[in-house]
Amino acid sequence: MSKKILEIQNIKREFRMGTEIVRALKGVSFDVFAGEFVTIMGSSGSGKTTLLNILGCLDKPTDGTYLLDGVNIGELSRNELARLRNRKIGFVFQAYNLLPRTSALENVELPLLYNMEITHEQRRQKAIHSLEAVKLGERLDHTPNQLSGGQQQRVAIARALVNEPVMILADEATGNLDTRTSYEIMALMQELNREQGKTIVFVTHEPDIAAFSSRTVMLRDGKVVKDTVNENIRSAKEALAALPPADDY
Amino acid sequence: MNIFNLIRIALKALQRNKLRAFLTMLGIIIGVAAVIAMVAIGQGSKESIQSQLSSMGSNMITILPASNVAGGARLEGASVQTLTIEDVKAIQKQALNISAISPAATSTGQSISGAFNWPTSIQGVSPAYLDIRKWTLQDGVPFTEEDVRASAKVCLLGQTVVSNLFPNGESPVGKIIRFNNIPFQVIGVLAAKGQSSFGQDQDDVILAPYTTVQKRILATIYFRTLYVSAVSEAATDAATKEIETILRKTHRLRDADENDFQVRTMAELINTLSSTSNLLTVLLTAIAGISLIIGGIGIMNIMYVSVTERTREIGLRMSIGARGIDILMQFLIEAIMISITGGLIGVVLGITSAQLITYFLNWPTLVSESSIVLSFMVCALTGVFFGYYPAQKASRLDPIEALRYE
Repeated sequence: MSKKILEIQNIKREFRMGTEIVRALKGVSFDVFAGEFVTIMGSSGSGKTTLLNILGCLDKPTDGTYLLDGVNIGELSRNELARLRNRKIGFVFQAYNLLPRTSALENVELPLLYNMEITHEQRRQKAIHSLEAVKLGERLDHTPNQLSGGQQQRVAIARALVNEPVMILADEATGNLDTRTSYEIMALMQELNREQGKTIVFVTHEPDIAAFSSRTVMLRDGKVVKDTVNENIRSAKEALAALPPADDY
Repeated sequence: MNIFNLIRIALKALQRNKLRAFLTMLGIIIGVAAVIAMVAIGQGSKESIQSQLSSMGSNMITILPASNVAGGARLEGASVQTLTIEDVKAIQKQALNISAISPAATSTGQSISGAFNWPTSIQGVSPAYLDIRKWTLQDGVPFTEEDVRASAKVCLLGQTVVSNLFPNGESPVGKIIRFNNIPFQVIGVLAAKGQSSFGQDQDDVILAPYTTVQKRILATIYFRTLYVSAVSEAATDAATKEIETILRKTHRLRDADENDFQVRTMAELINTLSSTSNLLTVLLTAIAGISLIIGGIGIMNIMYVSVTERTREIGLRMSIGARGIDILMQFLIEAIMISITGGLIGVVLGITSAQLITYFLNWPTLVSESSIVLSFMVCALTGVFFGYYPAQKASRLDPIEALRYE
């Protein structure tokens, strides 16, 4: 059995809204092993976003334990959490969140600027390497407005890869893209997962996307309702090939 | 987090918004430039007043006969004759704070040389007078103590007299002129001094030994004025007191008697003029300082807008590992860079505009190092002061909410 990357035990998260207490997570438990491609599914209000924030070390659970790569995040300070995000997690967002008027290379270098151990030269090398991994080696100097949505998301994925995280955390990463482009992104994710052994946790509400992953965790009303291993993983590359030509109008 | 990385991040953020960064800077630029230029104008005019005064001899003390009461009517000072050579000798001997003294006996009359004549005044003085009044010779030699003892009929001519008596350009040195029909040999020519600050032509004068003027022209033993040089400008007050004590003694005045002389210094004039221009400097600096504060508020305003506008960026930076302190430092450094860059441009602009003012308006200006250092420090502090609050606001954002901010 491979190493446990995530260990979640009975996580609860409560929010106080005025006098009312909203219970967003009511005891969630599951583990993620190295090399898995997990999708977390659920409709809005299912606690998906709250879970994602906790997984991303942006928020701490009210109760329960969360171990990321063996570290209990419940005991960490704000600054230690920031360091953990910097070293162990690669975020990919729905809205890409690239810095405007900043080249792809500089966008990808960004996480490394917050890591003092990395020199200027290493930073550049790693960023170029990581952009090459998402097949954007030719567009280092392009700014976000010179790139398509898919390309922008690939820059964002390169940014998530650059610090060699133990886990890539994607939040509706295909939500802003058309079918063809989202399949392209999923193909890239599958490639990173299979060929480079990257652990990926992908939050989505589209069952279509979940079919590309190796495992699906279904949330409803703050609880895990289904946790199934996907026996029949769909290949995003083949799905892409099966799409009708783009000039369908 | 490395400070160089922070500076790099801040620089890149500013580069993304060049125009806005420049407009924000403009407040600081104008503020600093205004402080420097205004102080330069204030200092320049003060300096020019002072140098004008010291060319007249700012350590000079004049002693005049006082107006006196004769049968109920107060008589004009000049008509009262109290100052004699004995006073001069007493002061010379006893006063410690003076470096030179010269009596002056003045007469007006007609000077004649060949076919030309000119109405002017003759000053009977001692050789020390040239030093006291900062006269220099353009040509010839000054008269000596020997000439004074001998009541020699020698004289020095001012430029106005020279140009009227010798209009053809020949050197007057060695020539004989007549003043009120008494022949004088010209032994020197005074360098031009121009008008005094009060519009009087200082070059319209003939200088001769006081004994000559007293005996041969005025037939008196009294002087109209005594000119004294204090050892320094600062010593004028002490010298004044000494002179009063000495003169009261030589004039045998009782304690109840009023002075029968008056002692005047340039210090009062200098003080009045200096305090006027000091006031000017303070006023100008205050106005310029206000504009610097407004510039600082401009920075704060823009930094606030910037923090709000870049909320998502802040959220992103936090999610990829920026700590609160990193965000705080980033925005603080941005603010400081705006103010320091603005400050540098302001210094250059301030010095340049001070020079342009001198060049085009002929106003004297003096750029002082202290005004540069001061305004630069103030604007760096402005950056920290007005940048801190918005930066702190940015650093305290919740990354979750910041990332979802629309």
